[in-house]
Amino acid sequence: MSDEDDIILSELDDAELVEQMQDDLYDGLKEEIEEGVNILLERGWAPYDILTKSLVTGMKTVGDDFRDGILFVPEVLLAANAMKAGMAILRPLLAETGAAKIGTVVIGTVKGDIHDIGKNLVAMMLEGAGFEVINLGINTDVDKFLAAIEEHKPDILGMSALLTTTMTYMKVVIETLKEKGIRDQLIVLVGGAPLNEEFGDAIGADAYCKDAAIAVETAKRMVLQRAG
Amino acid sequence: MSKLAELLSEKRVLLADGATGTNLFDMGLVSGMAPEIWNFELADNIRSLHQGFVDAGSDILVTNSFGGSARRLKLHNLDGRVREINARAAEIAAEIAAHAGRDIVIAGSVGPTGDLFAPLGELTAEQAVEVFIEQIEGLKQGGADVAWIETMSAPEEINAALEAAQHVGIPATVTVSFDTAGRSMMGLTPAGFASDMATRAEPPAAIGSNCGVGASDLVNALLDLVPAANGIPVIAKANAGVPQIKGEHVVYSGTPDLMETYAKLAIDAGARIIGGCCGTRAEHVARMRKALDTHNGGTIPTLEEIIERLGPLVAPPSTKTSGRGEGRRRRRA
Repeated sequence: MSDEDDIILSELDDAELVEQMQDDLYDGLKEEIEEGVNILLERGWAPYDILTKSLVTGMKTVGDDFRDGILFVPEVLLAANAMKAGMAILRPLLAETGAAKIGTVVIGTVKGDIHDIGKNLVAMMLEGAGFEVINLGINTDVDKFLAAIEEHKPDILGMSALLTTTMTYMKVVIETLKEKGIRDQLIVLVGGAPLNEEFGDAIGADAYCKDAAIAVETAKRMVLQRAG
Repeated sequence: MSKLAELLSEKRVLLADGATGTNLFDMGLVSGMAPEIWNFELADNIRSLHQGFVDAGSDILVTNSFGGSARRLKLHNLDGRVREINARAAEIAAEIAAHAGRDIVIAGSVGPTGDLFAPLGELTAEQAVEVFIEQIEGLKQGGADVAWIETMSAPEEINAALEAAQHVGIPATVTVSFDTAGRSMMGLTPAGFASDMATRAEPPAAIGSNCGVGASDLVNALLDLVPAANGIPVIAKANAGVPQIKGEHVVYSGTPDLMETYAKLAIDAGARIIGGCCGTRAEHVARMRKALDTHNGGTIPTLEEIIERLGPLVAPPSTKTSGRGEGRRRRRA
């Protein structure tokens, strides 16, 4: 076992290091990810390449295994935290180099609901996939959603609820968007344990996303469709 | 002997009750409101909810206190009234039970805090124990016979709630929601949970599963949970089907027929306490009563039989393997 602990990241060649970083991301090793990102930067890698080739690719495996019931929330949160640490280094550099942003997302857990584990996961994975994410947190009422939409002009509005007693609030928000005449300017994605596709359709969302991985796939697909 | 233990020793299977939240919605609770505030403002609605279940034949009433911990009441600026709110919830149920003409267990509902535990989140185990102690003290003061710890997902949170109940000096039961690929959201398996509970120095008075994604998934979880429970009485409290939206309302797809069949299968799978969760109305509970009174038990169902009689699994256990490369180096922190 001690042999495995002795891996020195800086001694690996680029290909090995990228592979190792994907593994470390899977294992939620935050410090190793920070170290790996810094090594690649020193070797002259473009921030965008580090993001896509090591972090996003690694997170895709995590997302797939989460979707497939192989990983669960604790492991995914650890991985997402490691990803976030890497992102913290890359974000200012990405802004400088003007790397392409896929789109902007305003996301929140609806009024009356304090559950944000899944929603935060979605937010982090969207960020990893190249979205700018404005995370409104928990207990978000329609006024707060409207203010954030006004300020950030997002492509996507994401709403989450864990309780059957709060999921109906999503309909309140969507109805208000319609009243204000801005519903069609937004892609509305909804998610949360008690929801299903029929519910998403019935309240007038553009899509129900069963989990974080599907949320990212759907967000990418719908933003591209709209652009095209 | 506690009242729950007494009833369990007298009867083969006990009937719990139905849903709280979804039934309060049918009575006009508005999305985003704290259901617990109705213990004061609209106590007659809570009385009529409990009375409906008593009339349907329930042996156990679960109090309207699911979100009654300070961490959740804080959202409604009610975190200064935790003891009072929980005591009132238990008092209302006890009041109805006192006129039932039979023994009824007052189960003080304790739901999750909604917070992630450290190191993933902010809540420490010590803080969580304190939060649960405050709630359970209120429930006990109001006349609860047992702390009914439900809809749990994280092992740390279960431990904190059980430690709190022990501190307060009240028996406790624990039910977990297995809603993600056959496990809890935090990855707890039915068998893993049951064996954790069975090996505790003081095992809970009963353990099992509630809520989650549907009756089929819940009975399937029992197939693994019951054998690992080492004789601890097992609870099944399934949702009445899956939620569907009809106009302004959320309705559950499960018919009273389905819930009667579910109760029979839960008996066959070895459950000793059976009830319903979201979407379960008094009429469903009455049909479960019928199942308990007439069904003489059968062999443990297979997954195929469960699916045939209750419908497909909503969140079946995973059969996939990781996409992570084979033979890759692994590092451990």
